Amino acid sequence: MIPLGFYLTVTAILFAIGAYGFLIKRNIITIFMCIELMLNAVNLSFVAFARYYSLLDGQVFVFFVMAVAAAEAAVGLGIIVALYRNRQTLNVDETNLMKW
Amino acid sequence: MEIAIFLFFAVVAIASAANILIQRHPIYSALSLIVTFIALAGIYIQMHAEFIAVMQIVVYTGAIMVLFIFVIMLLNVGAEERVPDKIHVVKYFGLPLVVLLIVEAGLMVARSFSNEGIAVESASINLSGNTQLIGRVLYTQYALPFEVTSVLLLVAIVGAIVMAKKEI
Repeated sequence: MIPLGFYLTVTAILFAIGAYGFLIKRNIITIFMCIELMLNAVNLSFVAFARYYSLLDGQVFVFFVMAVAAAEAAVGLGIIVALYRNRQTLNVDETNLMKW
Repeated sequence: MEIAIFLFFAVVAIASAANILIQRHPIYSALSLIVTFIALAGIYIQMHAEFIAVMQIVVYTGAIMVLFIFVIMLLNVGAEERVPDKIHVVKYFGLPLVVLLIVEAGLMVARSFSNEGIAVESASINLSGNTQLIGRVLYTQYALPFEVTSVLLLVAIVGAIVMAKKEI
């Protein structure tokens, strides 16, 4: 059986990549994809812990996370389409109407 | 053998996740994110979490990423141009944050390596992959969160329709 630390290492690396991409990317769609990547990293750690403690709760939580991710993608992409229709840009630096 | 399979999927997942950041065109980022998801599904199968693996393929790559690619193509997004940004403070805060995150995670991982006591190999390895058991837990112990999830999805449907209306 593979040690838990291996899975947690992969989780940490994926989450860090997602967090970094969230900060450096300027395209709002790519930023959104980085959020999905972070959610997936957390899912991996949920499943790994569920396996190592022999509990099912972790997998049930992954199910809920997936439902939230689907809802978020639907609403978020709707917002992106509306934003593009109104502003003709996807660059987050140019959509600063609500920024102090 | 087990560890070789795990390492293969882990390397694929991390490499394609890094590719998301390297690519400048969102469609390439989306495609490499799909590769990451499929590699993660492989890791789930290897962990005997078959239900989650199938969910990963069906929900993430089948629904969410198709939606992403659909929107990218609908909006006809071009490549992210390399503009010299005005004040990119974020970029210089981002890297230390990531380093901090990795160090912190590394400490936790090192701790989990040192006390291997939690690795219970015993009885219920097949338990974790059993879809029937997941369904039973979902409808008994987690019945309320399950119902709340359905309300959440309803809210998301309404929200998406409102967002898609002509004028906001």
